[in-house]
Amino acid sequence: MILQQIPANPIYGYLPIVVFLIIALLFPLVILGLMKLFRPENPQPPKLSPYECGVDPQRDARERFSVRFYLVAMLFLIFDVETIFLFPWAVIYDRLAIFGLIEIAVFIGILIVGYYYAWRKGALEWV
Amino acid sequence: MDIALEAALKIAVILFIVLTFLAYLVLFERKILGWIQLRVGPNRVGPWGLLQPLADLLKFIAKEDVTPDTPNRVLFALAPALALVPPLMALAVIPFGSTIELFGRKIALQITDINVGLLYVFALGSLEVYGIILAGWSSNSKYSLLGGLRSAAQMISYELALTLSVAGVLIQAGTLSLSEIVHVQSGYYFGIIPRWHVFWYQPLGFIIFFIAAVAETNRVPFDLPEAESELVAGYHTEYSSIKFAMFFVGEYAAMFVVSALATTLFLGGWTGPGAERVPLLGVLYFSLKTGFFLFVYIWLRGTLPRFRYDQLMQFGWKVLVPMAFANIFISSALALWR
Repeated sequence: MILQQIPANPIYGYLPIVVFLIIALLFPLVILGLMKLFRPENPQPPKLSPYECGVDPQRDARERFSVRFYLVAMLFLIFDVETIFLFPWAVIYDRLAIFGLIEIAVFIGILIVGYYYAWRKGALEWV
Repeated sequence: MDIALEAALKIAVILFIVLTFLAYLVLFERKILGWIQLRVGPNRVGPWGLLQPLADLLKFIAKEDVTPDTPNRVLFALAPALALVPPLMALAVIPFGSTIELFGRKIALQITDINVGLLYVFALGSLEVYGIILAGWSSNSKYSLLGGLRSAAQMISYELALTLSVAGVLIQAGTLSLSEIVHVQSGYYFGIIPRWHVFWYQPLGFIIFFIAAVAETNRVPFDLPEAESELVAGYHTEYSSIKFAMFFVGEYAAMFVVSALATTLFLGGWTGPGAERVPLLGVLYFSLKTGFFLFVYIWLRGTLPRFRYDQLMQFGWKVLVPMAFANIFISSALALWR
C-alpha cells in the first residue's frame, strides 16, 4: 500500500537523480583508477614543464589578465538572476493574462534601462 | 528500493547507448568533414573505418598521463571529471520516447520526470563552466589560462541568451517538465502541420536557442576557447591520455544534450505519426531529430570560419540578448491574443 503511494510524491522523482549522480561520479573515478594499471609512467622535468612552443616557460602563467572578464562575469550575474525570475512568471502566464503582461513589461522595462546604461557606458564593448 | 533499482538499470542502458553513440559521432564527424573537403576520412581501421572509435579508445588508455609541474595537482585531476559529469547527468530528464511495456510493467523512456526538468538542465549547464575554468587555471600554462578565461566568458554570455530564449516556450507550454512540453506539442494544426513550437510561434526563440547552444558548447564558429592557431588547444593544452578523452566526451555529451533539448523544446521531441502506439517509433523520431542537429553542428564546422573574439562577445550581448527580450514580448503578446 505504502509502496504504491510513493511515486505520487514528486520528491521521489529526484531519487533517480541521486542514483545518477553516484554513477556519474564513480564513472570518471573508476576510469582514472583503472587506467593507471595500463599506461606507462615516465615523468621527466622537461616533459612536465608547461607547454610553451618548445622553449623554457617565461615567467609564471598566473599573471594579470584583462579586467573585461570580471565585467562580463558581473553583468552575467545580474542578468542571470533576472532570467531565473522570468521562469516562474512564464510558467503561470496563462493564469496571469493581462496582469502578467503589464507586470513583465515593468520588470523587463527596468532591466532594459540597466542594459541600456551598461551599453552606453561601454561595458558591452570588448577591446 | 524498487525505484532506485529501476533507475540504475535505465541509467546504465542509456549511458551505454549514448556513450557508444558519441564515439561513433566522432567517426561520422571525421567522415563528413572528409567528404566536405573531398577526402575519404578514416577508412583504415575496420570496414569503412567502423572500428576507429575502438582504436581511439585503446590509444587513450595506453598513452602516458602527463601531469604538468603545477601546484594544483588535485584540481588538475578534478577538472576533467567536472567537465564530464554535468552533461551526462543532464541526460536524466531527457524524454527519449513515451512508455514501453517490458516484463509486464510500464517503463517510461525517461530516467526521471521531475517537474523542474528544464531548470535542472540549465543548472547543470552552468556547472560545466567550472570544469573548464579549473582546467585552465590548474594547468599553470599561459595558453590554458587564456583559453579557460575566454571559454568561461563566452559560455556565461551565451548562457544568458540561451535561458532567455526558452522563456517563450515556457509561456506557450506552461510547464517546466520536459515530458509535458513534448505532450503539448503533439497533434497537428489544420490536420497537417505538426504543433511544434518552432512553427508556432517560437521560430525566433528557436534561432536564438540554436545559435546560443552552438556557442555554449564551444563549437565552430564559436570555438574561440580552443582556437588552435593562437592558443594551441585552449584549456586542455596540458591534458593527455584519458583525462583529455574525458574533456572530449564531455564536449560531445554537451552537444548531444543541447541537440536533444532543442528537439524536445522546439521540434516536438519524440512525437510523430504513430509514435503514441508504437513507442520505438517515437525513439526513432527522437533520434532522427537529434541527429539532424548533430549533423548541422558538423556541417557548420565544415563550412564556417571562426569569429573574432570581440565580434563574438558583441554578437552575444548586443544582438542575441535584445532579440531574446523581443521574443519574450512577442510571445507574451501572442499568448494573450490567442
